Formats: sequence, C-alpha cells, structure tokens
Amino acid sequence: MIDWLRNIQYDEWRALLDVVLIASVVTVACALPGTFLVLRKMALMSDAISHSVLFGIVIAFVVMTQIGMGDALGSPLLIIGAAAAGLLTVALTELIITTRRLKEDAAIGLVFPFLFSIAVIIISRQFKNVHIDADAVLLGSLEYSALDSMQFFGLTLRPKALYIMSGILALNVILIALFYKELKIVSFDAGLAATLGFSPALVHYGLMTMVSVTCVGAFDAVGSILVVALMIAPPATAYLLTDRLSRMLLLSAAAGLLAAWTGIPLAFFFDFSYAGSIATMSGVIFLHALMMAPDRGLLAQWAVRRAQRFEFPAQMLAVHLFHHEGRPDQEAESSLRHLREHFKFGEDRVRQVVSHALRKGYIQREHDRLRLTNLGRETARSVMIRT
Amino acid sequence: MNIGQILHDLLFDYTLRTVALGAGSLGLIAGALGSFALLRKQSLLGDAMSHAALPGICLVFMLTLSKDPLLLLVAGGGLAGWIGALLVMLIVRRTRIKQDSAQGIVLSVFFGFGTVLLTVIKNMPSGNKAGLNKFLWGSASTLIASDVTKIATIGVVALLIIALFWKQFKLLSFDPDFAHCSGIPVRVMDVLLTTLIVLSIVIGLQTVGVVLMSAMLIAPAASARQWTDRMGRMVFLAAAFGAFSGVAGAIHSSQVDDLPTGPTIVIYVSVIVMVSLLFAPNRGLLWAWVRDYRHRRSMRAETVLVNLARLEDPLHEHGHDVRVLGAFGRLPANSVMEQLARQGWAVRVNSHRWALTPEGVSRAAELMQPSRG
Repeated sequence: MIDWLRNIQYDEWRALLDVVLIASVVTVACALPGTFLVLRKMALMSDAISHSVLFGIVIAFVVMTQIGMGDALGSPLLIIGAAAAGLLTVALTELIITTRRLKEDAAIGLVFPFLFSIAVIIISRQFKNVHIDADAVLLGSLEYSALDSMQFFGLTLRPKALYIMSGILALNVILIALFYKELKIVSFDAGLAATLGFSPALVHYGLMTMVSVTCVGAFDAVGSILVVALMIAPPATAYLLTDRLSRMLLLSAAAGLLAAWTGIPLAFFFDFSYAGSIATMSGVIFLHALMMAPDRGLLAQWAVRRAQRFEFPAQMLAVHLFHHEGRPDQEAESSLRHLREHFKFGEDRVRQVVSHALRKGYIQREHDRLRLTNLGRETARSVMIRT
Repeated sequence: MNIGQILHDLLFDYTLRTVALGAGSLGLIAGALGSFALLRKQSLLGDAMSHAALPGICLVFMLTLSKDPLLLLVAGGGLAGWIGALLVMLIVRRTRIKQDSAQGIVLSVFFGFGTVLLTVIKNMPSGNKAGLNKFLWGSASTLIASDVTKIATIGVVALLIIALFWKQFKLLSFDPDFAHCSGIPVRVMDVLLTTLIVLSIVIGLQTVGVVLMSAMLIAPAASARQWTDRMGRMVFLAAAFGAFSGVAGAIHSSQVDDLPTGPTIVIYVSVIVMVSLLFAPNRGLLWAWVRDYRHRRSMRAETVLVNLARLEDPLHEHGHDVRVLGAFGRLPANSVMEQLARQGWAVRVNSHRWALTPEGVSRAAELMQPSRG
C-alpha cells in the first residue's frame, strides 16, 4: 500500500487535489438550495431540472452553430440556455398542474422525459461528431473536469469547473443570505407569506433559478445523478438532525462535504467512478443518520416505543402499591406472586415491568415484596390526579 | 417510403418486426399498469425504480456473468427496485421526510452505487460491461425474438393477474381505506400491484432506458385519464396508447437514419398526452376554454339585458342609447348587443339606440328575481 502510494506521481496528487476542491465546492453549492427543495416537498424538481439541462445545452448549441458562433461548447451562453431550460421545465410542470387535469407527480414525470427525448434525438441526428457523451450526461466526469481550463481576461484558470462552481456557490450564499427571511417564511408557511405581502411565486421562481443554475454548473462536473443525490440526501440528513433552518443549512453543507471527502478517497484507491462513489457515500451518511439520529432516528424511536410498552404498566404497578400502602392487605398485595394474578400478566411480562419500575426508581425490592420509593409515590399520585 | 412497404417490412423484416412487437407489448403492459400508478399518485415510482434497478443488475451480472437480459433485469433489477420501494416506504412512514425526498434519495444513491459497481465490472478481468450499458440508455434495436417472447409472456401473466384481481386493484386505487374496511387484504394487494409495476419497469429498461421509463409508465395513463372516467376503459385506452406509441416509434425510427427508438417512442406518447389534454371530450382544455368563453359572453349579455330593463319604460318606441349603460359599469360592446338581438331579446332602433322586445323584458324579469337556490 505504502509503496503503491509512493508511486503516485506529483501530477496525480495535483489532479486529486483539484477533484477534492471541485467536489467540495459542488457539494456545498448543491446542499444550500437543496435544503429548501426538501423543506418545500419539491425534491424531485431537481431530478427533472437536472435532466432538462441537456435539452437547454443542445438547443443553445444548435442556435449558436446556426448563427455561426464557431466552437460553441464551453461558452457561457450554453449555461444560460441550460438554466433557461430548467426554468422552462418548472413553468411547463406548473402549467400542467394549474389545468388541474393531472397531479404534480404526473406533470413532473411527463415534462422532463419529453425534453430529454428531444435532446437525445437532436444529438444523435445532428452532432454525430461532437462530443456530447451520453454516459457523461448521467454520470459526469470529475476526473476530466479537473483538467479543463478556461480563459478569463487573459488569465488561464484551471480547473475551470472549480472557478465556475465557486462563482455559483458564492451566488447561492449571497442570495440565501439576502432573502433568508423570505425563503424561510415561504418554505414553512406559504399562506402566511402571501398574507404578509411576500410573493410566494417570486420566491419560488427565484429558488428554481438558483437550482437550475446550480444544476447546470454541477452537471458539467459531476453529471445529473450526483446533482440529484447532493441536492436531496445531505439536506434530508440534516432534516433528521435539527429543527432550525440555519442549522439545517450548515449541517447539510457539512453532510455534503463529508460525502465528498469520504467518497473521493474510496474512488481513488479502488478506481471507482468519483460521482458514483460520492453519491453512494451521501446515501451511507443518510442511512447512518436515519438509524442513529437522536430523537428522530429509527433506533431512538424504537427505544422510545420499547420504553413506553413498560412505562404504563410500571405506573399502574406504582398506583396499585400506593393504593394498598399502610393497609392490612399491604403484605399480600405487594408480593410478586400476587401481582401475576392481579395484573393477569405472564411471568415474563411481570419480570420486565418490575425491572423497568426498579430501573426508573419507582420501587424497591425486599425479598419477594415490592416497596414504593418516594419517587414511586409521587408518580402514583400524579398519575391518579391526571385521570 | 410508402405505407405498403412499411406494412410489408412490419410483417417480413425480422428486425423491424421484433422491435415493433417488443416496443408495442412493452407499451401495452406499461400503459395498463401505469393507470394504477397514476391513480395512486405513484407516477414517479417509474423514475425512482428504474434508477434503483441498476445496482441489482450489476450485482447479478457480477455473480453470474450471465448476459441474459431477462435474468439480469427481473432478478437483479426487480429485487433492487423492490428494496428501493421498501426503503422509500420505511423513510416516509417513520420520519418526517416526505415521499419526494425519499424517492429522490433512493433514486440517486442506488444509481450512484450502481455506477460504482459498473466501474468495478469494467475492472474485472472477465468483465465486459458493453452489454450492461444498454440498460442505461435502452436499445430497442438489440431486441431479439426470444426477448420479445419473454416480454410478451410476462405481459400476459401481468394482464391475467390484473383481470383476476380487478375489483381489488380498483378499490385499492380509489379508496384504500374503504378497501381495508371491506375485508380486502390491502397489504397483500399493495405488494402484488407494486410488484407488477416494478416488473413492467424493469422489462422496459431494455427498450427505452432509465430516463425515459417514467414517461412510458405515466404518459399513456395520463392520456387515457382525459378521455374517460371509467377505470376499465382507462386501462384499455392506456394500453392501446402505449402499444400504438411503441409500434409507431419503432417504425418511425427504422425509417429515418440516426433516430433512436426510445426517445422517438417517448415523443409519440408525449404528443398523445398533449392531444388528449387539449381535445379530449369533457376534460379537454379546448372545450373548457370554449365553455368559459361562452359562459362569459352570456353573462355579459344578461347583465346588459338587466341594465336595459332597469331603465324606465324600456318598451317605448325610440329605445335607449346604450351608451347610458356606461353608468352601470362597462360600456356594452357591439358584439354583446348583437348577441341580444340574435336571441330575440332586443332590437336596434338606430345606430346607438336599442329597445327590449317583450321576450327580452320577461327574460330580464326572470333574471332579476332573487334566485331561489
């Protein structure tokens, strides 16, 4: 392993560093608008938009070739075209929904395959020799995007994707900071927002523009599937961990970074696809949060349910003991054997309930008699008052 | 190329016949099952499950090195799709994460993991992933006769199961609570129906590919929904639309160079959706617009009628200058006045003056009565 590590050339380390940097910027840039998509139950719009981007790129490319703008691939106009296609998807979907002939899910599922089909047909008919690789559309190619450069006022910037995505990230951060209040109120209570004079439609299209631009920028580097993974999985992970929007934004950025920083080394050493590896890690991180999250995690829920199964009978046990405390039948009523008959529990159940009550400190055990503690008496009293 | 030649090829050209039959039967099955998915608001299930199938396909390939599409798709893809569907259900039921996010996570993460496995296969000494790529993009032109036989067999079985549990599936789609109360084993039927849908998705992957499968499932059903309110007719129509698009797309792409089959089929179903949304009787948007327009026009005419009647002595010979009606609100357009004349409620006295006919007066009186509703 170590020998093998030594054999990696300096250039390879440099390329790997670029990949890590690009992936880090992409994950954060995606996680921020993604948070609002998840909160607004529109996560699948990212799926639709990331596919329609291809349509925008192809149309913009055709137009630019027609008017003779030469080598159009890589031009910023393609990005504008692609972002416009993202918005077109949103608008068409909403147009179908407002006719009330189809539901939202069906509308999404109809629009983007249609646009995507047009794009694929144009590609295969017009650009047999232009490199718009079909696999690269879905899967992206981080490894190549790290090598791409661009000219900017005479400066050679490399890797290009890093600079473009940094710009998009900065844009997202600024927009969210400026319109934080608006985004927050529209996400949580669109009705209230409208009443207070915020325009939900304006915020909606603003957010969708942000998502489209981010998809376009990230699409080039990481492909449409990783865009979807990074827009949904890290925010969903954060959603399990916090109730505050500001923390959710930070946590989803952190979850995205973690996915990138764990996925890339795995991909590098085992020769996986970078995008696939990062997407997989974002899923693993989500799964971990799903199981382990305090309060909302499956294990925590399971523990609560388990505890509740014994808490009620344990409280009833305390009430029973309290009722007979200081009476002549106290001795008889507090024996373990009698409890079995009184509560009509099986032997296991009695043992579990008693041990739960012991653990909670409601009772103490003296041979085969049970005695209430002070806490037990209080519990019994409060339970009885509540009823 | 003329119609006769196309028909001849359809019958006697092996490739075209195979592709058209395969795409047609896929469209038929997807259309029929898609109707249930649409009504149960599971339209995007097709998208999620078709992506989720990839790691299963890769794993089965790595284990068996088989290239039999049916084994890979049904065993691997079906199983992975199923696990994905269960995960979505678990996440939605147990956390506050909603259906859309859960589906998005399963879709993208499973697919991402699938691409990791694809790179593993590429690096395997015996691996040859060329065959696997066609599941991403679909390549109907590589269908062979035995594939079509298998697709058709699965289709017939699926249709038989639909026919057998017709009542249960129908109730489950419209009112699962009522179905539960009526003693229908809802869970079992849910599992059965979802299994059938996943099955139709995985066999569709080979023909139209991952991205376009969701359209094959929803579009025929969404079109059929516009034409009828009856479940039976809807399933039948959806199957017909799906089959037609499959066959038409296959023929069309065989006649034109460099026209990929899957996207062509999707364009056909999408056009059917547009036509249905616009022109279907009753639900068609065009008719709704016409109804709206007529309604607005008659409302406007009736308002003018009532306002004219409110002017004193509406019957007197020289009539009233309708420009006075501007005082009641909008000045009536000429077309509105002409409509009143056509209905025999008003007559023109001279250029701006109009008088009500006796019929017009009684109609106005009717309209002015407080409604008893």
